[in-house]
Parts: sequence; structure tokens; C-alpha cells
Amino acid sequence: MTDLTPVLSATWDAEQSWKLGTYENAGGYGALKKALGLAPADIVQAVKDSGLRGRGGAGFPTGMKWGFLPPDDGKPRYLVVNADESEPGTCKDIPTMLSAPHVLVEGVAITSYAIGCNHAFIYVRGEVVHVYRRLLQAVREAYEAGHLGKDIHGSGYDLDVTVHAGAGAYICGEETALLDSLEGRRGQPRLKPPFPAVEGLYARPTVVNNVESISSVPAIIDKGVEWFTSMGTERSKGMGLFSLSGHIERPGQYEAPLGITLRELIDMAGGMRGGKQLKFWTPGGSSTPLFTDEHLDTPLDYESVGAAGSMLGTRALQIFDETTCVVRAVSRWTEFYKHESCGKCTPCREGTFWLDQILERLEHGHGTEADIQQLLDTCDSILGRSFCALGDGATSSITSSVTLFREEYEQHVTEGRCPFDRAESALFDYETSEATEEAHA
Amino acid sequence: MTYDADALAQLESDAAEIIARYPVKRSALLPLLHLVQSVDGYVSPDGIAFCARQVELTSAEVSAVATFYTQYKRRPNGEYQVGVCTNTLCAIMGGDEIWRQVSEHCGVGHDETTADGKITLERLECNAACDYAPVMMVNWEFFDNMTPDRALRVVDDILEGRDVKPTRGPAKVASFKEVSRVLAGFEDGRADEDQGIGEPTVVGLTIAREQGWEASK
Repeated sequence: MTDLTPVLSATWDAEQSWKLGTYENAGGYGALKKALGLAPADIVQAVKDSGLRGRGGAGFPTGMKWGFLPPDDGKPRYLVVNADESEPGTCKDIPTMLSAPHVLVEGVAITSYAIGCNHAFIYVRGEVVHVYRRLLQAVREAYEAGHLGKDIHGSGYDLDVTVHAGAGAYICGEETALLDSLEGRRGQPRLKPPFPAVEGLYARPTVVNNVESISSVPAIIDKGVEWFTSMGTERSKGMGLFSLSGHIERPGQYEAPLGITLRELIDMAGGMRGGKQLKFWTPGGSSTPLFTDEHLDTPLDYESVGAAGSMLGTRALQIFDETTCVVRAVSRWTEFYKHESCGKCTPCREGTFWLDQILERLEHGHGTEADIQQLLDTCDSILGRSFCALGDGATSSITSSVTLFREEYEQHVTEGRCPFDRAESALFDYETSEATEEAHA
Repeated sequence: MTYDADALAQLESDAAEIIARYPVKRSALLPLLHLVQSVDGYVSPDGIAFCARQVELTSAEVSAVATFYTQYKRRPNGEYQVGVCTNTLCAIMGGDEIWRQVSEHCGVGHDETTADGKITLERLECNAACDYAPVMMVNWEFFDNMTPDRALRVVDDILEGRDVKPTRGPAKVASFKEVSRVLAGFEDGRADEDQGIGEPTVVGLTIAREQGWEASK
């Protein structure tokens, strides 16, 4: 049995957990003071040694990303925090910033110092206004306490932080689209190379990191590399937030060492809703291939999930029980990708449009056997041929679900309808809700 | 330009403050578009012209940016933006039925506004609150663990002019214009308002405390 390891979430239940005073009382900003006494290169090395990997989905080693910046030429370089959490199923950065925004601000300060940045940005999606309020306040409090601004704690180091609200576009979670958006443009991805480390924001060297990656930095500096590497597996070190949602008794945030299994997590979460059977789940959001009950014991680390044919992604564990129609689930995700495709490249723009059309007719029983093959062929035209990972992600749930549940697709064709009752997978009784609606009216 | 002198002076002073946050002027465009929504209730032709002047772009260039993002409204928006999440997880947990009933009750569909200008309805994409599914957002505040009944009560409160209170967020939902001003980066003094921590947010922490588990020192 793996124990939970609350680090980022350790203060979330404190009174006014989002306030500077609460954070400082729990030792907050101690790591910043320690970091300012270290050489920047030593901080980069510590994060490399910790094995911390990007918590935003791709899992790229964070310290290595910092190390890609070219030598200082005396001109600006930037840190941009990707707080555009929008991948379906992913809901870890929002509670982090709502409950403990200062851990992110402290991480920003330490990271900026380490990479020689004097102006950092936090790009938060615009559809979470209370999160934005908390971040604005946290940054203001940090300035007032001397954790940001000029000559931080007498170190001679200056840092400004701007919290920037997006305006509703999933694609802005892609790091180069985020940079274009932050520059005041349509959020469309850029051709790589050059990578942001060389030419990022305003064509200057830039590090783009996820909220949880940056929030993990203060604890690594404060408690040490050995402490961090004592958690996790051989190549997936440390702790992470596992976000359980869907048909389980106690959905929510479970902070655990990488390598914990879904079976362990579901046990902690009180089991499946009403004792029903697990049907399928996403290990890391809607862009990661589906798993089933065969993967209950797969260690949730980057290597094991990859070896089993999916991706750890953002540890967004969306759990669906036997009452759920997989065609409906996949059709709805596909509608999302069609809506969010930025239009820049043809395979994604046109491909997601047709995938959505085909899935919609299949879901409602108007599809044909040939449509199933057409889905796979269209996915084949998108995967690896689109400009960025959005197009690839759009195909994941489709190809994996056809492989795992082909009979269910065929059943929609042969029966000419969806064989599932939508009411059974809802959390409330459709009948009762109709009745109360009348009573209400 | 049809802003009166006072409105224009205020807009220009706010715009200067926004532009000062960035090393390059054009980066101010997204917050400036939120700012014009806070005055006009949508991205108006006047607002586009205003933004263009501030960041030295053409109106066409500003429009091209504004039309890319779903939060920028091209028609006068309702006082309350009511979104029901119908992405996969919320839809399956009941979001589809909530959407059906809310839409029928309001008599409008996706991206449409009630005749009294109170509510603009939206089928939302994932709003990063899946552990509270099914979710509804009103002016970008969280209404967690919705049922059709609860959702209709929120909608009725809005239609009948009563304040509505989110489940995680401030004491009451501010208007679309007020919220747009916050998104332009102006604090409204409500960051400390709170409805108490939600159970899903601290479920893992609570279990760890019960079991005496902690990350080693």
C-alpha cells in the first residue's frame, strides 16, 4: 500500500490558506531566502538532480529545460508559467492556485533567480476569476513583503511578476501558442525549432513551465534533492497530484508518489460508485489513450504508463463505470478538439471536423460499419501529421476505444441506436429531477 | 469614437496602467479587450478602435485577435454568463440533462441571451473542476456538484434579480462587466471572500491526516 504524501496540498485546509501569513507560518518563503544565498547554477543542478519532470503533461525534465537556455548575453530572458489548465479531466493547478497561490509565487521567484530572469509571467486561463483574484493578491502581498521587486531580501536581485489572464482557448496551453497569446496575438503554435529556450517570448530565451512543476521547486530547495528522490520510482521521482473524477465515491485531489496505482487510489476513494464495475479511464486527461480494468495495477509513472500504451499526462484520472457509453464519451471529447483546433494546420482543422461528424452519427445509431474504419483512417491522417500535439491528442481516445471496444461501436450500427441509458450514468435521477422541476415551476 | 470624455479618460488611464505591466506594448491587448468588455459589456466596434489606438495596431488586427478567443463577445452579453459544462465527464455525470433543462427553462440556446438581457447561455468546455462534476459556471465562478434542480434555482435567482452565491468563490457573483474588469488585472478587493474549502480539494489531505501519512521530513 502506497501512502499519500501531501506536500503542495499540505496547507490547503488551513484557515485562509491563500494568505501570505498562513504560508509564511508554515515555513513559506524560507526556500527563497535559502536560494538567494546559492549560486544560480547550483539551483539548476539541484533541480536536475531531483529528477523533477514537467507536471504539465509532457514530462520533460525541468532542470534540463532550464539548462537549455544559452549563456547570459546581458539582455532579458523570461520565465512564463503555464497556468492555462484546460485539458479535459485536469483539475490540479486550479485548486493549487486557489488554495495556496504563494507556493507558485515562491517557485517563480526561485526559478527566475536560477535562470537569470527579471520579469516573469503567470498566464492563467481567463475562465477562473477567483483564481485570478487570489494570484493578483498573492503577487501584491509578495511585493509588499519584499519577496518580489527590487533588491529582494538584500540580495541585489530584482524580479517583477505579471499575472496575465487568457480569454478562453485550450490551444494556449501549448507552450508556443501561449507565448503568441501573451504577445497579444491569436494563440497559434509556432514552428519548432527555434525552441522557446532560444527564441521564446519576444524572441528572447524563455522557460515555460507548468504550475505544478514550478510549485514543486520550493520544497526541493527547502528539503533537499534526497528528500524528493526518496519518493517515486527509478525514473519518475517525487510526488504529484492525482486528480480523480467520475464514477467513484470520493473524487478529488490525492497527492501521492509517482508510481501509485489506480487500484490503490480507488480504494482510498471509497471504491466505484455504488459498487459498479470500472469500464474505462484516462490516465492523464482526454489526450491520453484509454485504459481499462486491466491497467488497475499499472504503476502511474511516466515509464510504466508509456509502456502500457498510454501517457501519464497530467494524472487526470477520469473514471467511467459500466453504465457509460464509450462512443458517447469519445464523441464528446472529439467535439471538444474540433472546437479548440486553432485552424492553423489542415490535418487537425479538417480532420477533427470530420471525426466529429462521423462519431456523432455513430453515437446516434446512424453510422455504418465503414464509418468505423473511416474513423481509424482519418486518425491516421492526423497523428504525426498535425502541427502540434492537439491533433495527436484528438486521436488518442478514438483509436484506443475502437481497439478496446470495437463491439460496442458495431452494436450502435447494428441496433441503429445507442444501447445505453444516459440516466444510469448520471449522478442524479433523471425522473426525479423532472418531477422536482415541475414542482419548482 | 462615441465614449464620452469621462469614460474615455478613465479608459485611457486604465489602459496606461495595463500597458505598463509589459515590456512590449502589444502584450497588453488581451487585458485591454477584457477592459473594454468591462465598459461596453462586449467587444464593441468602439472598443476595438480604442484598443487599436492603444497598442498601435489596425482595427482589423485587433478584430483578428478578439475573434479567436471565446471569452470575447461580439454581441452585447447578458449580465450573467451561465455556462453548463457539457464536456465528456460532466456531460455523462449529468451535465447533458442539466443543460437541456436550463436551456428549456431560459428559452435560449448556446451563445444566446434572454430577452431581458440577464443571461447568456453557453455549453462550456472543461473548466478544470472535474472533481466537482457536474459543474456550472456563472461569470466564471464555480457552481459545483450541480443537479437540474440546483441549476434551475440559480437561474431563477438571476432572472428574478437576486444575488447568486458560488460554491467556491466570493460571497456573490459579480456582474459580467465587473468580472471583466478583474480579468483586465484590476483587483476588486474580494480575494479573501470564501465559501470554505470543498471536500474534493482536500480529500487526499484528509485521508493522509487520518492515516498519519506525510511526506518524509
